[in-house]
Amino acid sequence: MENFDILNALILLANFVIVPAISYGSQLAIAALGITIVYAVLRFSNFAHGDLMSFGTMTAILFTWLFQNLGITGGVLPTALIALPFAIIVTALLCLLIDKSVYRFYRKQKSHAVVFMIVSVGVMFILNATVRFIIGPNDRTFFDGEKFLIRALDFKASTGLEEGLTIKSTQLITVIVAIITMLLLFYFLQKTKMGKAMRAYSNNEDLALLSGINPDRVVMITWIIVGALGTIAGVLYGLDKSFKPFTYFQLLLPMFAAAIVGGIGNPIGAVVGGYIIAFSEIMLTYAYKKFFIYLLPEHLEPSGLMQFLSTDYKFAISFIILVIVLIIRPTGVFRGKTI
Amino acid sequence: MIEKYRAPLAFLVMALLLAIVGFGQSWSVALGIINLCIISAIMALGVNLQWGYAGLFNAGVMGFTALGGLTAVLISHQPIYEAWSGAGSGILLSGFILISAGFGIYFVHKKIEKIILKRTLIIFIIGITLIGLNIFYGPSVSIIESINPAKTGFLGGLGLPIIVSWLVAAFVAGFVAWIIGKITLGLRSDYLAIATLGISEIVIAILKHEDWLSRGVRNVTGLDRPVPYEIELQKTTWFIDLIASINTSKLQAAQILSDRQDILNKLVIDGSSIFVKLCYAGLFILVLLIIYFLSHLALQSPWGRMLRAIRDNEDAASAMGKNIVAKHLQVFVIGSAIIGIAGAMLTTLDGQFTPGSYQPLRFTFIIWVMVIVGGSGNNLGSIFGGFFIWFMWIEAEPLSIAFISLLTNGLDYNSPLRMHLIASAPHLRLFIMGSILLLALRFMPRGVIPEKVSKE
Repeated sequence: MENFDILNALILLANFVIVPAISYGSQLAIAALGITIVYAVLRFSNFAHGDLMSFGTMTAILFTWLFQNLGITGGVLPTALIALPFAIIVTALLCLLIDKSVYRFYRKQKSHAVVFMIVSVGVMFILNATVRFIIGPNDRTFFDGEKFLIRALDFKASTGLEEGLTIKSTQLITVIVAIITMLLLFYFLQKTKMGKAMRAYSNNEDLALLSGINPDRVVMITWIIVGALGTIAGVLYGLDKSFKPFTYFQLLLPMFAAAIVGGIGNPIGAVVGGYIIAFSEIMLTYAYKKFFIYLLPEHLEPSGLMQFLSTDYKFAISFIILVIVLIIRPTGVFRGKTI
Repeated sequence: MIEKYRAPLAFLVMALLLAIVGFGQSWSVALGIINLCIISAIMALGVNLQWGYAGLFNAGVMGFTALGGLTAVLISHQPIYEAWSGAGSGILLSGFILISAGFGIYFVHKKIEKIILKRTLIIFIIGITLIGLNIFYGPSVSIIESINPAKTGFLGGLGLPIIVSWLVAAFVAGFVAWIIGKITLGLRSDYLAIATLGISEIVIAILKHEDWLSRGVRNVTGLDRPVPYEIELQKTTWFIDLIASINTSKLQAAQILSDRQDILNKLVIDGSSIFVKLCYAGLFILVLLIIYFLSHLALQSPWGRMLRAIRDNEDAASAMGKNIVAKHLQVFVIGSAIIGIAGAMLTTLDGQFTPGSYQPLRFTFIIWVMVIVGGSGNNLGSIFGGFFIWFMWIEAEPLSIAFISLLTNGLDYNSPLRMHLIASAPHLRLFIMGSILLLALRFMPRGVIPEKVSKE
């Protein structure tokens, strides 16, 4: 009986903390990668990234609807996965358009990073308005296909445990897509000629120019990658939860926190930061009462919820971690500012 | 030559635009816009101090505005004695625990050298604090929130006149800004932006969810007013006489006595609303002028000159022996305090405090557009930006609806595309704001009324 209690407690933790944190962490990691790459190559904090994600997701939703109307579906998988490549293309093109019409001017002028930041606020306004104009400000779910990988009831029946484990298929999809994306990105940055050029450019712009690296190409590739990362992160988040333009704006804080905690400008840091933020956010807002009821003898059972912070304050957690890192180690866990 | 007339010309255009609204729609609407314009102008002055003088990017304007609003509630609302006697001590004790924990951590962080000992002590303090809060805070909150939840359910305020809060708000916002500044100002410039963005979200989260403090999303309504109420004005004789004497010709035109009475009643009702708005406008203009002159003096003083020197070349200023971080902290605190004042004024004008209505686009980034478009580093420019951008923000909605209607004129009246476009038209307001910002940055980076470069 004692052993079952421990198992039950672990399953409880896995169900409510570990599985959700892994999938949310993967989404944050991909999103933070987008921010960190803009920072490393173009050298500014991109406030428009949240709304870029929401634009990408909106495009994916529109393509999903188109495919559903045409009768094309993903079967057990969500149709949005088929729509994803098309959405990436559209979003990447939009990024290039924005760069050409807006950012390039300031790059030529060699404007200060803060000016770029304000410009990105303007871009944020326009993207936000575009998304709201086309699809409206309301909540939308665009998930179809098989919803659960493991259901709580089945799990209980087959293991005989009191606690059930639920794994949504979106959670598995998130993790797989995120791993593929990261592997591709790191392969690109480490092994290909263009990736090396990007890293060189990020490290020392003048030296890179002297070695014959074409800066316009580097910037172009960067925006394509950023558009792709933003769309992927946005679609994964939207599939897992739901799509609402305002939530994507609110994700800015955890995303920046992830990028800074890991060491802004450092892709590995962004990934690690994403998981750090996600795990702390979920672990600190989870009520551990039931967990301790399983583990502790009866007379020690907790009376309260055993919750550090109410879920209303999950934004506060990313902020607090950010502040702690800024005080203790301002460069982030991995020394930032090179890729 | 043109440079010299830029400011008067800009304000003339602004006055014309407001007059068009006054004659076209009504003076009550125009005055409503003007009042919010003045508040926006004060916020823009605060941001201008931070950005225009010192080059600091504060992305948390919304948070400081909301803190000002909270101060207005806490100063002016009547105290709820029941709640205080039931659980006031618990809340005070929790506050005391939090503050002493803060001091304790600060002390340990500064004084203790050994890293391991330092971290253990900090974790120990945090643990004790959490236990203490669990004992005192939770139960007190549930007591307070259970007292008459439909009407109060919070601690109430001090019951002082609401005008007092305008001053207090400056200190509250300034204090919070000081904490943020202490943590982030030594670091890279973008960290300040992210940290302020974060703190503003947290302030809003606290105001929304700590019901004992601010009633949360149930809002606090019926706040004290520094100006008379319309209903009472309509009953006072001197006001009715005033309206009658202004409108003698109109009244004499009416032949029958009862008609004359009806017309007078209607005029009195309209007049009372305009009178109240005028009172607010008077108060606000007074505050605006005071803040403007203080900022103007600050800009002309050696202190302002030093700030600009730091902004234009940090390394040179540092080499001259100026403590850059300390000066940045000063200006950040003062700017945030001004934003806090504006926040308290806004809540006073609304007569209610609604934490749910604070949106970052509306309260943070619009203020930025005002400063940039008006002219960063120029106080008159910020005031103009505040007026102009707020005016555009209000008028953008009818304009975009009119524009879309014109555009979809050829479509069938009930076509789904037209319905969708008309329904989405209000969102174009953000589009207009973004375009104004980008266009201003590109073609008029110094703003409508640029900063004066003194030739000394």
